[in-house]
Amino acid sequence: MVNMHRSSESPGVTANGTGQFLRRRLRPGEKFIEGWIFLAGILAIVILLGIIALLMKEGLPIFFDTPPWEFLFGTKWYPVSDPPTFGIAPFFVATFWVTVVATIIAVPIGVASAAYLAEIAPNKVRETVKPVIEILAGFPSVVMGFIGLSLLSPFVQSIFDLPTGLTGLVAGIMLAMMSLPIVISISEDALTAVPDDFRQASYALGATKWETIWHVSLPGALSGVTAAIMLGVGRAIGETMTVLMVAGGALAVPVSPAEPMMPMTAAIASGIGNAVRGGVQYQALFAIGLILFIITLGVNLIADRVLERQKRKFQRS
Amino acid sequence: MKTRGYTSRQVTQEVVFGFLIVATIIVVLPVIAIIAQTIINGGSAISWEFLTQSPSMAGKAGGILPAIIGTFYLMLGTLIFALPLGVMAGIYLTEYARENWFTRIVNLAIVNLAGVPSVVYGLFGLGIFVLTFQFGMSLLSASLTLACQALAMTVTTSREAILAVPREFYEGSLAIGVTRWQTIRHIVLPQAVPGIITGAILAMSRAAGETAPILIVGAAFLLPGLPNSPFDQFMALPYHLYTVAAHVPGMPKEAVWGVALVLLVVVLSFNVLATIIRLKTRQRRNR
Repeated sequence: MVNMHRSSESPGVTANGTGQFLRRRLRPGEKFIEGWIFLAGILAIVILLGIIALLMKEGLPIFFDTPPWEFLFGTKWYPVSDPPTFGIAPFFVATFWVTVVATIIAVPIGVASAAYLAEIAPNKVRETVKPVIEILAGFPSVVMGFIGLSLLSPFVQSIFDLPTGLTGLVAGIMLAMMSLPIVISISEDALTAVPDDFRQASYALGATKWETIWHVSLPGALSGVTAAIMLGVGRAIGETMTVLMVAGGALAVPVSPAEPMMPMTAAIASGIGNAVRGGVQYQALFAIGLILFIITLGVNLIADRVLERQKRKFQRS
Repeated sequence: MKTRGYTSRQVTQEVVFGFLIVATIIVVLPVIAIIAQTIINGGSAISWEFLTQSPSMAGKAGGILPAIIGTFYLMLGTLIFALPLGVMAGIYLTEYARENWFTRIVNLAIVNLAGVPSVVYGLFGLGIFVLTFQFGMSLLSASLTLACQALAMTVTTSREAILAVPREFYEGSLAIGVTRWQTIRHIVLPQAVPGIITGAILAMSRAAGETAPILIVGAAFLLPGLPNSPFDQFMALPYHLYTVAAHVPGMPKEAVWGVALVLLVVVLSFNVLATIIRLKTRQRRNR
């Protein structure tokens, strides 16, 4: 935190006395610019609050129509029948399945390759692999959806002998690939931040390199790795295009990840174009957005906390 | 006994390291495979005609020029809003904000802005820009929506770039009686330019690939002409790829791969550009 504020680092320059002196000497127009700078500074808060306010304004009225428990646990989503029913359990369970598949794949592979890159890989290998991971992070989600659609789903369909390849399983595998860059880069940073003295001490006690990684580096970086996993999960929950294209889009509550399904993000993206503005379906979709927002915000807030703890851990004052 | 124990520990290490290497290969190989497949399958679709003509027959024939142009408009639109605001917010956070609860909340908001799902930005853009501000389903609404999403990135990179400027420059300038804003404008910002540009390019690359928000706030699949004003609807590469891949039956395969290839080239070339600028700057600093 300390390094983020230049003014706090140099009290001699910006202490109140000097500040007053400088402020009196502002040239015309500078107040104007500094006002704008302040507005831009707080814009992030304005947008975040704006998102919350809008989702609540457009989404909450659905609960006059459908009580919250029916909305959350109802298994039937028939927005155009008469009367319409809005139960989002199918979407919620679908999001659960694709996230579980993505996490099961991305966590071991991500943490393992982070450990390799941070602790073992020769410099040359690291300098080659890291740009490749950056490229993976840069792939647009629609391209990943298209790859899942045209390459992975026929493949998965034939090996598991499924009636259709467009399932939560394939979506989960694609999401795992998209979460990997986050998991790897944040875990790697956490591992690199563990002071080298710890490793040297471990070697001095006769531990092998692997024993040192397992008993010293990884425990030292545990909070960072945890935060990395959480941020990867957050990414998987919020990803839209890939699941929209690959997960299959079925409206029943999926019993296993090998079925076609429609996660929450896909439900919003595919329904919003047909929903009458201000109508009940429109409200229901904003309510799904609100739930999605709350989940990802929670995940990010906790991950941020955990990451902050990791940063403080090896800070020497 | 002792020697045997030692070797079994060594064997464990070799086996585990083998797994770690395999995991890294599992990460790297698909990236190479995806790029190779896209080039192999899409390369044959790329022609002068494909890049310079409008689509016909529901996208099955003709080219994708309007989608390419629309995507460049979107990148520019995002940049126009997200860059100045991001730089100003970066200046605020480094030069003006004090270390107190309010600043902590601002920083927390920025972190969380980066984690909001793109489809939620789409809903936000629809509610605020399309309906409340009455900008309609348009290029302007889409640019503003993507700019909100890009803001977290431009703020963070600007802040890092400004912090990397040596503090002595700043203090020296203040010491000879220059005001704070003049110091920022003439001393700090010029030094921070490469870092800020890197962030801007990454934000544009992200905007070029985003699909879910523009699907909600104004992208169209087929339009007769190019957008004439910011209030027109537009075509864009990612949305075009989504539609031809998922919703146009009988679409020739290689044409879909062709769209994917063009999109990848646009997005990745901007990524590579950002990396080059970053490496160049680091080299100059180290010298």
